[in-house]
Amino acid sequence: MLQFMLLFSRQGKLRLQKWYQAHTEKTKKKITRELINTVLTRKPKMCNFLEWRDLKIVYKRYASLYFCCAIEDKDNELLTLEIIHRYVELLDKYFGSVCELDIIFNFEKAYFMLDELMLGGEIQETSKKNVLKAIQAQDLLQEDLDTPQSAQ
Amino acid sequence: MPTVKGDGMRGLAVFISDIRNCKSKEAEVKRINKELANIRSKFKGDKTLDGYQKKKYVCKLLFIFLLGHDIDFGHMEAVNLLSSNKYTEKQIGYLFISVLVNENSELMNLVIQNIKNDISSRTPIHINLALHCIANIGSKAMAETLGPEVPKLLVSGDTIDEVKQSAALCLLRLYRTDPHCIPSGEYQSRIIHLLNDQHMGVVTAATSLIHDLVLDNPDDYKGCVSLAVSRLSRIVTSSYTDLQDYTYYFVPAPWLSVKLLRLLQFYGPPEDPANRNRLNECLETILNKAQEPPKSKKVQHSNSKNAVLFEAINLIIHHDSEPNLLVRACNQLGQFLQHRETNLRYLALESMCLLASSEFSREAVKKHQETVVTALKTERDVSVRQRAVDLLYAMCDRTNTEEVVGEMLDYLEKADYSIREEMVLKVAILAEKFAVDYTWYVDTILNLIRIAGDFVSEEVWYRVIQIVINREDVQGYAAKMVFEALQAPACHENMVKVGGYILGEFGNLIAGDPRSSPQVQFNLLHSKFHLCSPPTRGLLLSTYVKFINLFPEIKQIIQDVLKSDNQLRNADAELQQRAVEYLSLSVRTSSDVLATVLEEMPPFPERESSLLAKLKKKKPSAVVEEKKPNKPITVEVNNTAGESSTDAPSTATPVQLPMVQAPNPTAAAPSTDLLGLDAAPAQPAQTFNMPGAPPATNNFGAPPAAGQSTLLDIFDAQAPAPAQAPAQAPAVANASALSPGAEENFCKFICKNNGVLFENDLLQIGVKSESKSMYCRLVLFFGNKTSMQFSDFSSTVITPGELASRLLVKAPPINNVLDGGAQVQQLITAECVQEFSDAPLLNIRFVCGGSMQYVNLKVPIMVSKFFQPTTMSSSDFFSRWNQLIAPAHEYQNIFKANFPMDRDGNKTKLMGFGIGLLEGVDPNPDNFVCAGIVHCKSAQIGVLLRLEPNKAALMYRLTLRSSKEEVAKELGTLLSSQF
Repeated sequence: MLQFMLLFSRQGKLRLQKWYQAHTEKTKKKITRELINTVLTRKPKMCNFLEWRDLKIVYKRYASLYFCCAIEDKDNELLTLEIIHRYVELLDKYFGSVCELDIIFNFEKAYFMLDELMLGGEIQETSKKNVLKAIQAQDLLQEDLDTPQSAQ
Repeated sequence: MPTVKGDGMRGLAVFISDIRNCKSKEAEVKRINKELANIRSKFKGDKTLDGYQKKKYVCKLLFIFLLGHDIDFGHMEAVNLLSSNKYTEKQIGYLFISVLVNENSELMNLVIQNIKNDISSRTPIHINLALHCIANIGSKAMAETLGPEVPKLLVSGDTIDEVKQSAALCLLRLYRTDPHCIPSGEYQSRIIHLLNDQHMGVVTAATSLIHDLVLDNPDDYKGCVSLAVSRLSRIVTSSYTDLQDYTYYFVPAPWLSVKLLRLLQFYGPPEDPANRNRLNECLETILNKAQEPPKSKKVQHSNSKNAVLFEAINLIIHHDSEPNLLVRACNQLGQFLQHRETNLRYLALESMCLLASSEFSREAVKKHQETVVTALKTERDVSVRQRAVDLLYAMCDRTNTEEVVGEMLDYLEKADYSIREEMVLKVAILAEKFAVDYTWYVDTILNLIRIAGDFVSEEVWYRVIQIVINREDVQGYAAKMVFEALQAPACHENMVKVGGYILGEFGNLIAGDPRSSPQVQFNLLHSKFHLCSPPTRGLLLSTYVKFINLFPEIKQIIQDVLKSDNQLRNADAELQQRAVEYLSLSVRTSSDVLATVLEEMPPFPERESSLLAKLKKKKPSAVVEEKKPNKPITVEVNNTAGESSTDAPSTATPVQLPMVQAPNPTAAAPSTDLLGLDAAPAQPAQTFNMPGAPPATNNFGAPPAAGQSTLLDIFDAQAPAPAQAPAQAPAVANASALSPGAEENFCKFICKNNGVLFENDLLQIGVKSESKSMYCRLVLFFGNKTSMQFSDFSSTVITPGELASRLLVKAPPINNVLDGGAQVQQLITAECVQEFSDAPLLNIRFVCGGSMQYVNLKVPIMVSKFFQPTTMSSSDFFSRWNQLIAPAHEYQNIFKANFPMDRDGNKTKLMGFGIGLLEGVDPNPDNFVCAGIVHCKSAQIGVLLRLEPNKAALMYRLTLRSSKEEVAKELGTLLSSQF
């Protein structure tokens, strides 16, 4: 089971955090800080896996963003890399060549997308088409029902 | 500012831009506080906030929270959003709740109520929102309230696929919180049959759920094996176009394949031959595909293909039954060892560790030794090098120890600091485990200290001392080597410790050589003295007093050193005390007394290496592969001193010196530490106040941490009346710790019913026991060995913790006076309610000669006492044997023989264990198979046992299978110590 996923920038700014197990805010911050430090200090050619406490960390860098997952001992590292990749593909398709800013400004979408891909720390839907279909259905409801409002 | 998708909340986007434009942290905080004040006033004052505005503000709060700031309001508004009929408002509400609302919040009831409404909605997209929220929070309250709804959704024919997927994983989350939310029985088969579902997404989600269900109840869900095999087979044989969007970069359904392969790792090879063949064909196909040219150059293709391959290899290793597949797997991994992808090299090294523990593939793994060594030397990534170390450790055996250890030592010099300590441990373990020649062992450990002294933990140097003391043939050599090592101008403090200890014991063996005469030895050691920390100085002082005994010719020199103000007035109380005591000892006592006090250390009793325990603690996963020879050292205990530790101290037993810590390592912490030092902090200081008390195995000279010990002048005890000494002797000052020898004596009763449970100068305790069905009667005989009366005598049995409900023990009190030379009996009855693992404790206290005595023992009632033997035919036995194939039913231990491998002796032990020995059942006449039933009030638990001696390797393989895992494990652990 995936225990948590973190997205952070090369500058160490956390952009998205998804925890599949309950932790206190304090622990979350501690873990985040520790992992950001660890991952950012690794060199490009190094392997994408590392042992951390009793978990395995799988991370990959896409442009300026690092995607970092913590999985359990028996989980498959390579396929976790592909979960990350599939998530990136989904974001990319949805935003049209995604960049860090898209995720900052539309963070809620990034969370909704992740909920379609993964649930409770397990993969829910691996088909790109189906996930996008679900997200589009949500957006449609939004356009149908919401009338534009003024800002602030 | 980038375009915002969907409806876009412009206010939010503006706010985010503002934050991003902040030049400093302070500016950001200021902007946020402004926003928080604004939102707070909106929420408070303006009653006319519409849904959109509420949504926007809640979203801003969420953003602020995710930036790392605390949010203490807005929760109620978020909950209000849940009941909005606009999807996006609901959605933001749920997101806020999932991220921010504590599961114990008072609002949770409201949230659950809203979820309940949405879950029974007719719009699937609303149901899914609710399910996602449950899965994200997964609290106990949710499991209780919503638990019944979710399984219904999952198996109902009306539910659409997307909802089923979410329901499966939502249920999984609730199940992890509270396993009762899936009623057993009715849903089982329907859940299993989701493996046959048309929709790949549903199958994938359901497989995760089934995975966890099987984890807890492999038997109940056994039906999933054949379904999983056939699903896997269909995927593996499909072409990449068949599965459409579930093919990922030309690999058909990699996620589902991996999940199915993991699911199958909960079971042994399928019993049904057709299934078994089918599965093996799948595994072969996966191995074959690995050899095909890639269909795409993209890394996603190779990653997903190899993900399946590695999982298949895991399954092959788990089955450990198809030599052909195992060897093929090993060859495949061998190719990866030199792959240009770092990830694959890393994983290949990791998987090979597992293969190294299978007898079928062990040799194949060893062929790659050179590649692994190269990896250790050339890999640029420390985590890969770490894997290489692990693999070298796993593949090491008697045939290649010297090379492997040599390479590891070589590498240690430049190894990363982060892995040095672990490497040192591994080298020490291997050197010990496979040493043929103990001089080589000594060289290796001294090398270790030389190369990586800072990383040599106490356990490592304790262990080398233990081994040298136990092996006469290596003592002279060790003395010579440490003497040489100490001559290095800069030598590590750990070297001084080892050197000091060994020369103190065996310096005489090299004293004949004028180059290492007593005087030279002493000067050499003393030249290091001022460089060392107080504990090491303490150790050296002990060495000096031993020198006085070994080399009377330098007594004067040493006394002068002890007399110097540096010692006698040392600010460190420990050192001062040692100096004072040692000086007095050497001045006042006759050489006979001195010789007795300072007699050579007796051999240490054999125990599991403390190093393995330490490695396990450091890195649990690293020792998993230790299925193989687990007993690390083959030190022969060349006399019975180890045994005698339970006997009364005799004149032949060296008297323990006063500052010795931790009375008897065997009692203090069996199987953990080398010299019993680890137990020291747990032992109260008074324990040391007993000259001569803890017999046989002291650890003199390995000093306690500074300031930890309370010293008692040996002369205090000696002067008043030696006659009192025995009276004090057995006092274990700690009223709750087990008495010395308690653990060993307990183990003596695993295969027998009568014997002596405890004996010291004052008291002897004998035991007779018999059992029938779930009842056991045990009689304790207390014998007063002195001529004095014991008053306030009491003997109570306690069943700590859970044991109280599992084993009902009655022990009526006995007369509280026990006259000199008299014997008294106590009858203990026990009824086994449920299987158990801890033993009841027996606390005895009495007053003798004016001092309170405590004896704490383990009552020899173990679960095996409730055994009844059964007989069965060979076919019955093996058919039942094969039914209990799941890992959860089995306990297996492969271990080195601790006793001579005598067939009749083993027979007696097994019968004494209480299990029925089945003769002529196993095709191999050397093996023993047994069957028995453990009788508990709650259940009768069948147990099958097989003991396979390997006389050539002096090893046993002990396998127990039982419908109850704990029983197999407990019995196996008990029995493993007996052969």
